[in-house]
Amino acid sequence: MTKKMILAVAMAAPLMIALPAAADGDHRAKAIAVIKKDFQPRGQAGLDRLAEDGVQAICNRTGNKPPDYIEKAMTADQLATVKYPADGKLLGDWKEGEKIAQSGRGFTWTDNPGLPVGGNCYNCHKIAPKETSFGTIGPSLYQFGKLRGNTAETQKYAYSKIWNAKAFNLCSEMPRFGHAGALNEKQVKDLVALLLDPESPVNK
Amino acid sequence: MKQNIIGALCALAVMGGASAQSPKKPVAKPSTKAAAAPAAEEKDAATLEFEKFRAEMEESNPAELFEMKGQEQWKAKRGPKNVSLAESCDLGQGVGKVEGAYVKMPRYFADADAVMDAERRIVWCMVEKQGFKFDDIAKQPFANETFTPDITNLVTYVATHSRNMKIAVPLDDPKVRDAYEVGKEIAAYRAGPYDFSCNTCHGTDGKRIRMQNLPNLSTPAGAIKGVQGWPGYRMTGGVMLTHQWRMGDCFRQQRFPQPKYASDAVAYLLTYMIGTANGQVYKGPGIKR
Repeated sequence: MTKKMILAVAMAAPLMIALPAAADGDHRAKAIAVIKKDFQPRGQAGLDRLAEDGVQAICNRTGNKPPDYIEKAMTADQLATVKYPADGKLLGDWKEGEKIAQSGRGFTWTDNPGLPVGGNCYNCHKIAPKETSFGTIGPSLYQFGKLRGNTAETQKYAYSKIWNAKAFNLCSEMPRFGHAGALNEKQVKDLVALLLDPESPVNK
Repeated sequence: MKQNIIGALCALAVMGGASAQSPKKPVAKPSTKAAAAPAAEEKDAATLEFEKFRAEMEESNPAELFEMKGQEQWKAKRGPKNVSLAESCDLGQGVGKVEGAYVKMPRYFADADAVMDAERRIVWCMVEKQGFKFDDIAKQPFANETFTPDITNLVTYVATHSRNMKIAVPLDDPKVRDAYEVGKEIAAYRAGPYDFSCNTCHGTDGKRIRMQNLPNLSTPAGAIKGVQGWPGYRMTGGVMLTHQWRMGDCFRQQRFPQPKYASDAVAYLLTYMIGTANGQVYKGPGIKR
């Protein structure tokens, strides 16, 4: 965490000087000041959530298009945060994965912080064909395993992507579910199974 | 379906009458059976049905009941200073003038030295002119199933008087322009456990969350979709809700903490959104699912 923040700060400093639009910088600085002044904690959503971490800071300051050298360094940094199961097994239960994918609960000021957090997957992705109510912010994941093969490499990619989407695309719209503490190892494994298990409806 | 709708409307009319006779009584929750959640496989049909319903409702919109109440409250002498808003409140078009005021806000008000959206401005008038306490208004600023605050009625009344008018936020005023630019940055600000900003959902064309279409607030055609229908009568729960409420609900879903009521942050965000919709026609208070 500390290392990441130092990296972000070190990179943000020369970057901001290099950016041409000084006026945008003024408005951004004002926006941050207004956000700090004009929000109040409610439920589980405390004011700490308003602070940018390193990734957010870089993405916010580059319009989600960081220069290549930052993208490379910081995605590698994010990949290093992924926690894999001790036994190395990445394929869980696709039926459980489907339940997690369906739920969009968690982390809002009206959510009970004691309850499990959902994966929000169908909010943005087409996944199993039976669910026709799916969003389109993310790409379709239908036939994910059929197209890519249920290999050790694909499993590791899917697990890592769900754990920390910013390990592959620094300013991806997708949350970092493991990194954020929303989903645990078992839940991420179940989602990997939903995407890759040949028995999952995704691959039928 | 249609009979249910008519049933719900009649129930509403009866309740509206009852509350007009006893103005202290909060607007009660009407029957929402007509809006019962459809089964997943019926959602497309339900969407179509809702569109049809909304079209049918345009002439007899439930928002009118709140507008009528708002009109009474606008004209009545109220508050510790016992003055009416009609004789004291300037929404930018002259004291007491509501015609076209809603579509020309947010704007800069020199007496408050602030850029204010309609709701914020009316609250300011209630505090400064009528002597109400801001904290009392901000304690429960939005409607729930058993309570509709006065401010909601007042905003609905004012918004009604901009029906079918073009949005015209005065962006040539440097203070309003500055608020617009800051609002644009607020919309782009990613933070929180999920790294979301407003733009995560509302920054590109043609996206959906589940079956819900997401307007792209960076274009006039998209921004007007985010303005249209607010303040709106929400079928879910049967409550009248304002544009300020909607901004807060977006932040809730963004997993942010809560924006303070009638704050700069909300006013600037609304300046960006409504200002982007400049030139588009506002249809007045509406109906939401």
